[in-house]
Amino acid sequence: MPYKTIKTINVRHLQILDESGHAADPAEASAFSDDQLKAFFKALLQLRIYNDLALSLQREGRIGTYPSYYGQEAAQAGSALAMEKADWLFPTFRETGVYLLMGLPATNLFRYWLGDERGMKIPEGINVMPMSVPVGSHIPHATGAAMAMKYKKRKEAAVAYFGDGASSRGDFHEALNMAGVYKAPAVFICMNNQWAISLPRSAQCAGDTIAQRAFSYGFEGLQVDGNDMLAVYKATKDALDKAKSGGGPTLIECITYRLGNHTTADDAKRYRSEAELAKWMGREPLKRFRAYMKDRGIWNEDYEKEVSAGIRADIDKAIKEAEATAPPELKEIILNTNAEQTARQVRELEENGWLK
Amino acid sequence: MAEVDSKKAVTSPRLKVTMVKALNMALDEQLAADEDVLLMGEDVGLDGGVFRVSDGLLAKYGKERIIDTPLAELGILGAAFGMSVYGLKPIVEIQFMAFIYEAIEQVFSHITRTRSRSRGRFTCNMVIRTPYGLGIKGPELHSDSTEAIFCHMPGLKVVVPSSPYNAKGLLAAAVADPDPVLFVEPARLYRGLKAHVPEEPYTVPLSKAEIIQEGSELTVIAWGSMLHKALEATEGYGAEVIDLLTLKPFDEDTILNSVKKTGRVVIVHEATGFCGLGAEISAFIGEHSILHLKAPVLRCTGPDAVVPMALLEKYYMPSVERIARTYKKVMEF
Ligand SMILES: Cc1ncc(C[n+]2csc(CCOP(=O)(O)OP(=O)(O)O)c2C)c(N)n1
Ligand SMILES: [Mg+2]
Repeated sequence: MPYKTIKTINVRHLQILDESGHAADPAEASAFSDDQLKAFFKALLQLRIYNDLALSLQREGRIGTYPSYYGQEAAQAGSALAMEKADWLFPTFRETGVYLLMGLPATNLFRYWLGDERGMKIPEGINVMPMSVPVGSHIPHATGAAMAMKYKKRKEAAVAYFGDGASSRGDFHEALNMAGVYKAPAVFICMNNQWAISLPRSAQCAGDTIAQRAFSYGFEGLQVDGNDMLAVYKATKDALDKAKSGGGPTLIECITYRLGNHTTADDAKRYRSEAELAKWMGREPLKRFRAYMKDRGIWNEDYEKEVSAGIRADIDKAIKEAEATAPPELKEIILNTNAEQTARQVRELEENGWLK
Repeated sequence: MAEVDSKKAVTSPRLKVTMVKALNMALDEQLAADEDVLLMGEDVGLDGGVFRVSDGLLAKYGKERIIDTPLAELGILGAAFGMSVYGLKPIVEIQFMAFIYEAIEQVFSHITRTRSRSRGRFTCNMVIRTPYGLGIKGPELHSDSTEAIFCHMPGLKVVVPSSPYNAKGLLAAAVADPDPVLFVEPARLYRGLKAHVPEEPYTVPLSKAEIIQEGSELTVIAWGSMLHKALEATEGYGAEVIDLLTLKPFDEDTILNSVKKTGRVVIVHEATGFCGLGAEISAFIGEHSILHLKAPVLRCTGPDAVVPMALLEKYYMPSVERIARTYKKVMEF
């Protein structure tokens, strides 16, 4: 036997609620208090309602192209609620729900989806970078922010969100490698929603998990059931704690599913089957969570109606505000390019009549 | 939108199609004619490309020739380079111009250099197709117009069609060209205008500009989606309008002949003016035709600013009024 095995890796998977929403791990599940569960449920509802309203605004032409996160609410909410205010987040355009839960006003998000850059002017105190549009390009940023946190000796962590598609890009590998080398307090959250526009996960990479790649960079990668909010919350919290106590980075692969089109400009019927969609519809995160709430005896229809109505009123208000906002001034095209305008930019502002 | 058809007499059967369809026809012809031609990129297969330029080609040519790649621009262009030095003729689609930036190293350090580095032993017959430009209310980074950066790099040809007719013919010429060609497609015109194109294969030569309107008072140089606005703004002037078509190497003779006639020049482009292609064209005219000029060469371009999103995009793009103001300035000099 000339070849000897010198290394094997073990990829762990976390699930706390089973596919129908009952506790798969009763001990872990019961560690969550009723109040915590109610807060989680509210977050899930908030994300679902925002997304539904955004889609209807898009259909009415009141916002532009919009990337729905329908089906990924548990992965977004579970991870976002595990963060502390001081942590830094580097999300993608799909993570609208993460922004909402980190405290970015819904008005900002509607403005952004309307095509107004001011929507990504994140208020002071919220450490979430503007949505990354070039897929994967922001993953090294979390590595760098984490290195800076370590340098400043602060108990904080930096988190990058990205998709299964992004994990094929070089930036992903470079980011993880550096984070491993410097033992940076970073958490890499891969939202494996099974599709990158029309490319299925199986065609994206021949390896069978994305999580396993972390081991080549010297740290753990694990999978969680991304439609199980409790599992996502726990895995994220554990990874953040590990990062903040000097344990280095973690890669978390959330197994979830994009139930909607890639964006409102896409038609998923061109490339995926109804049967697959139906299968994942059955594992939809809100329904699962509701089932568990029932098991715990803390859900009834009136309760959900009441919570929904409150959320709905807040979001409706945000839409009104967003639509009542004056359009950006033309000089804004130029003003923030640098701290000061160049002579040429001053001329351009004047010649175009943009100073008025 | 004005219909800019070629003035060339075309006798074969013609179809009235969009630029998307014309490009699709060109790809189909190239794939049918030469089995070394492959198409690769993100979502080009089953989805037919995000703009549907490759619609139907997967069914016709199979997945070994219409390659749905992982999401990895650097990997795609690097692999296409490997294919091309081996002898294939890959046509690569990059979904939007800004998404080529990750792969700039492949373009600048290998694709454009290999003929020189190997003194002709290894060459790269590759076409990189990518949409550019504002006017589609795209998300951030979906509307960049950075053609000048690519023109700056020795070894690369840069082509921009402006009509379904020249899109089809130029793409055929780009595939036939032995060197790498960046084929930059004006997204705003993909479906914005329809024109007649011959069903049969034909080429529109690279490095040849087309005079789309003759005139003797003013030379207007533009390309891609700006061409149509530049043309519209000429009302009231005896302007000669040149559709550059190939940005690099550009058609020097057509420009100089026109300048000789008019003595006044305006270059219009959507990209930011600073180090834009207009600067190169202006310098060229100054170097070769200074005595024919009656006024400084002026440019009407985007400002020195990040390309905006939907709400501000129409202000960033030179408008017909802004272009007309520039003409007036040159005429009144
Ligand atoms: C560098 C780059 N290439 C291509 C695109 C166009 N594009 C936007 S999203 C996307 C697929 C992303 O897939 P994934 O990473 O799985 O994220 P998901 O959309 O599923 O959330 C593509 C190809 C882009 N935005 N950036
Ligand atoms: Mg995905």
